[in-house]
Amino acid sequence: MSGSLHTLYNSSSIPLADIPVVDSIPFLQGIMDVVDQGWRIVSYFGIPDNKGVVLICVLADKGEGRLAVTRTDVTDDRFPSIASLCTQAHLFEREIAEQCGLVFDDHPRFNPVRFHHPFVPGRDAWNRPADEPIRVGVMEYFQVAGDNVHEVAVGPVHAGIIEPGHFRFQCHGEEVFHLEISLGYQHRGIEAACIGGPHPRTLQTMETAAGDTTIGHGQAYCMIMEALSGTKVPPRAEVLRGIALELERLANHTGDLGAIAGDVGYLPTASFCGRIRGDFLNMTAVLCGSRFGRGLLTPGGTVFDITNDLRDNLLKRLAEARRDLTDAVELLWNSPSVMGRLEDTGSLTLLQGLDLGLVGPPARACGIKRDVRNDYPFGIYRMTNVPVATSFHGDVCARTMIRWQEALKSMDFIEEQLRQMPGGGHRRQASACAGHRLALAMTEGWRGEICHVAVTDATGRFVRYKIVDPSFHNWPGLAMALRGQQISDFPLCNKSFNLSYCGFDL
Amino acid sequence: MIREIISRLKQGHRTMPYPAEPLQMPERFRGYPVPSSLARSAEQHGTSAECPYGAFSAEEGGCLDMGKCLFCAECPAGGIEFTTDYRLAATQRDHLLIKPGASRQFAQALSADLQRIVGRSLKFREVSAGGCNACEADTNVLSTIGWDLGRFGIQFVASPRHADGLWITGPVTENMAQALLTTYTAIPDPKIVVACGACAIHGGPYIDSPQVKNGAAGLVPVDLFIPGCPPHPATILDGLLRIIDKIR
Repeated sequence: MSGSLHTLYNSSSIPLADIPVVDSIPFLQGIMDVVDQGWRIVSYFGIPDNKGVVLICVLADKGEGRLAVTRTDVTDDRFPSIASLCTQAHLFEREIAEQCGLVFDDHPRFNPVRFHHPFVPGRDAWNRPADEPIRVGVMEYFQVAGDNVHEVAVGPVHAGIIEPGHFRFQCHGEEVFHLEISLGYQHRGIEAACIGGPHPRTLQTMETAAGDTTIGHGQAYCMIMEALSGTKVPPRAEVLRGIALELERLANHTGDLGAIAGDVGYLPTASFCGRIRGDFLNMTAVLCGSRFGRGLLTPGGTVFDITNDLRDNLLKRLAEARRDLTDAVELLWNSPSVMGRLEDTGSLTLLQGLDLGLVGPPARACGIKRDVRNDYPFGIYRMTNVPVATSFHGDVCARTMIRWQEALKSMDFIEEQLRQMPGGGHRRQASACAGHRLALAMTEGWRGEICHVAVTDATGRFVRYKIVDPSFHNWPGLAMALRGQQISDFPLCNKSFNLSYCGFDL
Repeated sequence: MIREIISRLKQGHRTMPYPAEPLQMPERFRGYPVPSSLARSAEQHGTSAECPYGAFSAEEGGCLDMGKCLFCAECPAGGIEFTTDYRLAATQRDHLLIKPGASRQFAQALSADLQRIVGRSLKFREVSAGGCNACEADTNVLSTIGWDLGRFGIQFVASPRHADGLWITGPVTENMAQALLTTYTAIPDPKIVVACGACAIHGGPYIDSPQVKNGAAGLVPVDLFIPGCPPHPATILDGLLRIIDKIR
């Protein structure tokens, strides 16, 4: 490990002064050196100040549980890009450019990410006027020219009840040569709104950053607040949080299994799973009244406790859902027409997965054993181990199979936890946030690794709150998976990733 | 094929009997507010009863705007309590303002003209304009076999040209406003507009954020407001069935 890196742990905070400030070249060299050794970029962001931009990069090693942070202070308005040498940095650099107005020299595709004005008015990397609206989706798209090559543009409004995004396909007949994904339509200014926080609204903002991942993002925020204030969460609350996180995974994985079946025209599993997904959402509603887990979490613990009656109720519901889900999903593996559509569609290799820094089920489907619950355990996962399921084909089938295996493990986990609930309280009062610190919180949402980083000023207010949704790492994976595929397989590939638009757009 | 038939028999018929039979809501579900808790909150906290989303006002003995309310588990405005009554939808914005002692307002049926056109076949084009995928998910769920929206003649369609109405979720971000208006224009007249969720009604958790337009009402005329963050599917279905006069 290079000397420019400072070690830290998941769900902890360190004094800002402990992070060595290095010059730009050793900073970038340090990142590239460890990425060459198999590390990857977890979060990379800028904090604009009156002298320029402070760049902070959080890195994770491969499976040895080490996390590290490095920092450089940029006073120029230009900075060297490492995107062509380190693919994982590609989107992060564009994001920093858009938020902080830093121009990345030699970036291969220097386009905006979300189409909004920079944090500091006037500091715009593309010199766009501060008083004019920015037109979303207007950028230079990669184009393929030649005989029989044509371009297909889809979105922002799609055919189903789905969030908006714009997709540009470069096709040769039916074959996709290249897919470029341009998002930003869901941008609500979450990170800008967090500056100066925590505000009374911040918890709800986190719960709705990606609303289908309320617990994943909500818990990451709570962990940040607890790390900054030194609050210890009671064991009972950790168990309740774990149960809610796995219920969220179950609901979404079940929905995806059904939706994948629906996309290949196999309606029995599609219909059954559509309903069973609701059973899992209703279990979350038993816990806290909301099917999405709104209002369950609070810094210091959980708002709601669980009674013995509710526990028995949940165990009964879980047994029924397990029976129904097993029956519905087993149909897939026994239908050759379904397997024929899933296998060898939208494949990614292990090398591509590592290069792109994929997370969550798409990473595990290519054989990358990567799971925050296992690698950087937080909360209840420090006490109990959830086995990591991996596959190696990296195709739609592998991504489907991973979801099913994870669903089984989540059901085992919830059952076990419900049967051995620790006693005691379920919340402690969180005290005020400490000043001049950097806190890091990572959770494993159902889409993969969620990373929140907070940097505080002298009074403990957020100077910067950085959110990385797993979709930020994985959207480029979808674009790569489409190469060489029939364009008609896009919906199926897309569904097998099921990425978040709002979690990306923030 | 035999496996599918066996599974179908095992899974059984799962469409819920609602609206013929009442729905059972979870114990901790937060629906229609307890009117007396509004007065109590106003009295105890006075003007210090501040909701970060502007949903509560202590004036006139306490007033809760269900269009702005997120039905938080711990009410920041000083302890408003909620019942498990999920019937929250309204056809007029001011019907969402709840005051102690005021009479309960439910969504009203559409006019006879509209009833004739869409009463038995109502198709929506959905646009998510900054939605967090929770309202979207609980709208989607209505089309699953449990709720089976199709049995009421209501369906979500792919093209605005095939739609009778626009279904909006999300606070309407700056970046989606144009696409939303284009979709609205593409729907043939007469058309209805549904604002589903706190965001679409008035901005929800993102109210007054510089990146959002505080909901749909400022851009298009809204015919049905469905409160909640996100609304429970029962709240959505209740509103829909009331406007097509299937329940009163």
